[in-house]
Amino acid sequence: MSDATQESASAPVHTRVVAPAPHIAAALTCPQIMLWVIAALLPAALWAVWNMGTPAIITFVASIGSCVLTEFAWNAMMKRKQTIGDLSAIVTGMLLAMSVPPRTPWWICMVGGIVAIGLAKMLFGGLGFNLFNPALVGRAVVMMSWLGVMSEVKPYAGGWFNALSVPASGKLDAINGATRLAIATADRAAQGGYGFDLAKQFGPLLFKNLEGSLGEVSAGLLILGGLVLIVRGIIDWRIPVGYIGSVALLSWAFGSDPIFNVLAGGVLLGAFFMATDYVTSPITKNGRLVFGIGCGVFNIVTRFFGPMPETTTFAILFMNGLAPLIDRMFMPKPFGHIKPAKAVKANA
Amino acid sequence: MRIRPFAGGTHPPDRKEGTAGRAVRPGPVPDRIVLPMSQHLGAPCTPLVAKGDRVARGQVVGDVEALISAPVHSPVSGEVTDVGPVLTPGGVRAMAVTIAPDAEQDLTTWVPIQAPRDDVRATVRAAGIVGLGGAAFPTAVKLSPPKQFTIDTVVINGCECEPYLTCDHRVMLERAADVIAGVGLIAAAVGAKAVFIGVEDNKPDAIAALRAATNGAEVEVVALKTHYPQGAEKQLIWAVTGRAVPRGQLPAAIGVLVHNVGTAVAVLEAVELRKPLMERVMTIAGAVGDPSNFLALIGTPIETLVEAAGGLLPDAGRVIAGGPMTGAALASLDVPVVKGTSGVVALTENESAPVVDGDQACIRCGRCVEACPMNLHPFAIASHADRRMWNGVERFNALDCIECGCCSYVCPTRRPLVQLIKVGKAALMAKGVK
Repeated sequence: MSDATQESASAPVHTRVVAPAPHIAAALTCPQIMLWVIAALLPAALWAVWNMGTPAIITFVASIGSCVLTEFAWNAMMKRKQTIGDLSAIVTGMLLAMSVPPRTPWWICMVGGIVAIGLAKMLFGGLGFNLFNPALVGRAVVMMSWLGVMSEVKPYAGGWFNALSVPASGKLDAINGATRLAIATADRAAQGGYGFDLAKQFGPLLFKNLEGSLGEVSAGLLILGGLVLIVRGIIDWRIPVGYIGSVALLSWAFGSDPIFNVLAGGVLLGAFFMATDYVTSPITKNGRLVFGIGCGVFNIVTRFFGPMPETTTFAILFMNGLAPLIDRMFMPKPFGHIKPAKAVKANA
Repeated sequence: MRIRPFAGGTHPPDRKEGTAGRAVRPGPVPDRIVLPMSQHLGAPCTPLVAKGDRVARGQVVGDVEALISAPVHSPVSGEVTDVGPVLTPGGVRAMAVTIAPDAEQDLTTWVPIQAPRDDVRATVRAAGIVGLGGAAFPTAVKLSPPKQFTIDTVVINGCECEPYLTCDHRVMLERAADVIAGVGLIAAAVGAKAVFIGVEDNKPDAIAALRAATNGAEVEVVALKTHYPQGAEKQLIWAVTGRAVPRGQLPAAIGVLVHNVGTAVAVLEAVELRKPLMERVMTIAGAVGDPSNFLALIGTPIETLVEAAGGLLPDAGRVIAGGPMTGAALASLDVPVVKGTSGVVALTENESAPVVDGDQACIRCGRCVEACPMNLHPFAIASHADRRMWNGVERFNALDCIECGCCSYVCPTRRPLVQLIKVGKAALMAKGVK
């Protein structure tokens, strides 16, 4: 307003803030979207912490902390505007933590976070420019690097304050156990059937399953969070429906239990929270459905016919790579791109 | 119901409660009337008066021999005090005639239009009527569609889908019979048989008033879903007639003409009363003391009207000529109301979209794709325009964009999408891409 005092006779007097239209904006902002995702993950995360105790806390703190710190440090080094306020690094950290076993050593979590944010996200230009889901890249790298530790799935005894009780010798393989999914997959491969009743596993898988990653403690709470995100319009139903639908259908087609195959392993965490990552999934509606179905097909085919039971990570990463091509297949036809039949006739 | 919802769109809070119930009252006679010579799309007028001249109400003060143009009339009797460039609502300086109104004004009379009585087109041209919805395209030109097209349908736009604005609402409510009569004149002038008035269903009283006023006339009042941009020409035509305007073509190509409700009334007054376009109904809304609808004299400084509406409230920030989705932010309130000014909206700082610094990354959430009523990929056009990759801008069909602003409105990272798309379109047009 002080400019008004400097007006001259000839120059136009600009006294007010101007900006191009539109002058109003919808309420929902990027950090709010991230907060919704965090809120939707929280019930499952807190339930995991409640059941797993200190190790879970350490996994979460190490994963989230390394993600946020990596992004902060990267921006600082590159002299870029700080971006940790968009909260996306916290989401990545939570997803990373929930995709590893609770007793993953804290330094492995930190390596995962550094790889997720540094390699998969910031190196590509930060939020919005990465091709692959950062949390999954982080998980894939630490899983391949410390395969023994990462498949340490012995049922956790529970209790607090015994986080660092992993043997200092590093012989972590010695305490390997197996998840229900791993046992079922091995049974299937070896005998063509199952040594236990899959249907009896639904209850534990839905509500309290202490074998596997932090995100597998309660499938029920993941479904709840996913539904909240769909209802709030944060994620598109097409990806989880395509994903879970094709997992169920294919498992059934291959003679396995569809519900067990949806509930066990990382399918739900992947379908609701990872495959739906905006940046790395298609932007077209039909593309999203195809993308979801592709994830499910890849997931089940590799689960049944590959060496590992847990292939959600690679299913989604594979489809991430295809996402831009899928979008190309579904380029929309703009409104009015029709044959101007009447006009052509009239012009002729 | 024959209503076809268009794809996409969004629903900003309509905020019409402030003025929807405010009857139109006469605007003040200001101490000066400023009449830009270009208040319409097309060729600017040449001033026909000089400093010191006396002018009468209704006298032509600017005109030009060009197909696409519209003369400018003085809405007051008075003396020309200046002929020279002034700041216009669009933010540019343009030639204008400034008039000091006489102390005594008789607003009930005027210099009648000089045009053959039975020639509606000539009358509308002489009356200086332009589309009052905001685009300000000369109405006489629209009434003379290219010979190869047969107009069978006239659609009157009473949607008023921009938030805050209620001037069309009040016109439909208070002058329903005149709207119907004006529509009849337009339809007869172009030989159209079917006439529709499309109104968003958040104005049930206007719909009822129009239906009551139809009185046997062949006019169908269509209640449309309240959804922005329902009042955009192509979306309105689709909703009402089920016809899509082919890309790059005028609605006339599919036999349709669209006019605003205010334009219909202006046509009626020109034909029946020989009255030129000297006033228009406009809304002053938002952060002002007494939000109002005025019948404002064209050329009234917006400052004067804002004062008449109680003045800006202390928390007023951006002030917009037109609606908040497509209007232009005013650098100064010392600019005149022009024919296309449908309203002035004062937004508080909190209500205003943040002024962006161009640094927002797209997170590919797809909200702009979902909101685009033209089924485009706004994020992709904007990203290409941002990098001056004009081929990409063209490949993603930027020229189909109607600049409604839905994409920017919904963007959670506040990327200036429609703003970048406009830059891209301008670059393509400069290169001659059609």
